[in-house]
Amino acid sequence: MTDTLFTRVRLLDPAGGLDAPGELLVRDRVIADHGTGLGRPDGAEVIDGSGAVLCPGLVDMRVGLGEPGDEHRETVASAAEAAAFGGITAIAVLPDSRRAIDDPALVRLLRARGEETGSLTVLPYGALTRGCRGEDLAELGLLREAGAVAFTDGGRAVASARLMRLALSYARAFGARVVQHAEDPSLAAGGAATEGELATRLGLPGIPAVAEAIIVARDIRLARLTGGAVHFAHVTTAESLTLIRRAKDEGLSVTCDTASPYFDLNETAIGDWRTYAKLSPPLRAESDRQAVAAALADGAIDAVASDHAPRDADDKRLPFAQAAAGGTGLATLLGVTLAQVHGGGLSLPRAIEMLTAAPARLLGAPFGTLAKGAQADLCLFDPERAWRVAAGSLPGKAQNTPFDGRALEGRVIGTWKAGRRVFGG
Amino acid sequence: MRHLLAIEGMAPPAIAALLDLAESYVLLNRSGKTPRDRLRGRTLINLFFEDSTRTRTSFELAGKRLGADVINMTVSASSVNKGETLLDTTSTLNAMNCDLLVVRHAQSGAPALLARKVDAAVINAGDGTHEHPTQALLDALTIRRHRGTLENLIVAICGDILHSRVARSNVHLLTTMGACVRLVGPPTLMPAAAERLGVVVFHDMATGLADADVVMMLRLQQERMAGGLVPSVREYFRFYGLDMAKLAFAKPEALIMHPGPMNRGVEIDSAVADHPTRSVIREQVEMGVAVRMAVLEMLSPR
Repeated sequence: MTDTLFTRVRLLDPAGGLDAPGELLVRDRVIADHGTGLGRPDGAEVIDGSGAVLCPGLVDMRVGLGEPGDEHRETVASAAEAAAFGGITAIAVLPDSRRAIDDPALVRLLRARGEETGSLTVLPYGALTRGCRGEDLAELGLLREAGAVAFTDGGRAVASARLMRLALSYARAFGARVVQHAEDPSLAAGGAATEGELATRLGLPGIPAVAEAIIVARDIRLARLTGGAVHFAHVTTAESLTLIRRAKDEGLSVTCDTASPYFDLNETAIGDWRTYAKLSPPLRAESDRQAVAAALADGAIDAVASDHAPRDADDKRLPFAQAAAGGTGLATLLGVTLAQVHGGGLSLPRAIEMLTAAPARLLGAPFGTLAKGAQADLCLFDPERAWRVAAGSLPGKAQNTPFDGRALEGRVIGTWKAGRRVFGG
Repeated sequence: MRHLLAIEGMAPPAIAALLDLAESYVLLNRSGKTPRDRLRGRTLINLFFEDSTRTRTSFELAGKRLGADVINMTVSASSVNKGETLLDTTSTLNAMNCDLLVVRHAQSGAPALLARKVDAAVINAGDGTHEHPTQALLDALTIRRHRGTLENLIVAICGDILHSRVARSNVHLLTTMGACVRLVGPPTLMPAAAERLGVVVFHDMATGLADADVVMMLRLQQERMAGGLVPSVREYFRFYGLDMAKLAFAKPEALIMHPGPMNRGVEIDSAVADHPTRSVIREQVEMGVAVRMAVLEMLSPR
């Protein structure tokens, strides 16, 4: 078995509290050792990091795929290319695909599709309700047994308070989180942008920002009632974050993530009818963007995800209200998150924690660590190297990035999956 | 000026120049001596994805009075996916080398999307709940001809502001030209953050119309009733319909305007709509042709 020795790297492993210059040795697909003066085993391949950061492969806890059913948008294989470019080695995949992931066989299928790529672990979410229709519970126990990491209806909110109560209660038996897209459907119906001055000027139907906090407030109370664990996905408003902080202080099992657009862009990105910046939930006012950025640093937000949502050109080349919502994010997740570090509001270890250890812990997946004996999923990146996002020339199939034209600092040099190099070099 | 997609963003001199040019066409239209060689050899296509006889006819007449070849295309509103139709139609039209493209569409931003894909000058003839620039220009011309100026006039725009592209274009134009604009309507028909557009918002006609120089009524679309935004027509008319009693709150000689088509007995009483001296609703239609002639000319470099 060949060994790989990383030299002159900044070892950054928030899970193990490690942030120091050193070396790391990979042997037999796992991390054999790290530290200084490891020596060079005979025949070892040496990767000279020249001071770059070596951290665990990123874990992206919110990814939509085209598979199964919309392979013209994205396949697991094409998503794997984009992920490797972005230093991501594990993704949690949403179940509200054309064929909802509400059957144990589909969970196993998605896991297997990931393994076939050789570069990306697919961690499927199970559908919370049959067909993600929000009517009755899916077979949570069987889905969990097949390998579902948590339960959600993806981009659809569980509207019924009674059903959410049942879900939070029942999922406890299987030790799984319920992941909620917090947006009151009756307030959001038909909306295309956050309600406010900009939507008014553009004549677009608005969604009031409180549509999020209303569901967050309700579900926190249901978590208290049931003792269940609720996770709010892609949180975007100051008001929701206030509620979540309070719930955490109370000791409830409440967690949340946000997605990179919500701390990097505000609603003005949709000016000139830019449908690539049409997302769900919609981009918010600048004050909310600032609140999300602040919550990254203070811990109210547990993890950062890409919220990758592949769309093809025909989904987006439409009048704004008719265009599909969603943006790609795998290739830009690290760079956009590092922009917060370069901006001075966030420490690099905290940023990497939210991209590795934190999502792995929330998903109960054995990734996001440089511990000895762990699978050698690694990301080597230069936090200073500059590049520009250009829709049309990103890796993978889908090109609908909301960050088109954005200059970023921080680029992946290499990605390794179970000790094998899958990007760079 | 390459296209006319919105009033928002237009500078006062550009608006004034259009109004001045339109003013000259009013006189020429009345005398029947319009310059029919002005747009000779140019092709104007009226591309309507939404039915509108009056706006389409007005553009058609404007184009013909300047000598353009005018073609009307009405794309069925019942198409399964209007968006796809829009893009398909775009590439077809671009191949026909048309010079001026007048677009009406039910979706906000559709003319802007189209403008990025065609070589012709695009004129927004109403897009969703976004803008209706030529309506605002013709309203401004009508007011200016009666009051001499737009500056410092109090203009009350009343009714369903939320869904009105006419209201948005008028707000932008009138505030840009120095008028004081008030929006009057029930809170459920008022867009969010409306006051951020530089207007004052009122929810009752008595205070909203007080001392107004112009009262501009908007059409209440019947389907809004289905959305539950107002409980009933009779309640709407009682509180927001313009009758002689409510008109009395405005200045004694206040102008009465409506972009048409009117719902008599819903947002406006017939006695007001047909008022012999104060209603300028029919004159608005006349100004529409002149304004559209001015727009077509401005967008057609010699």
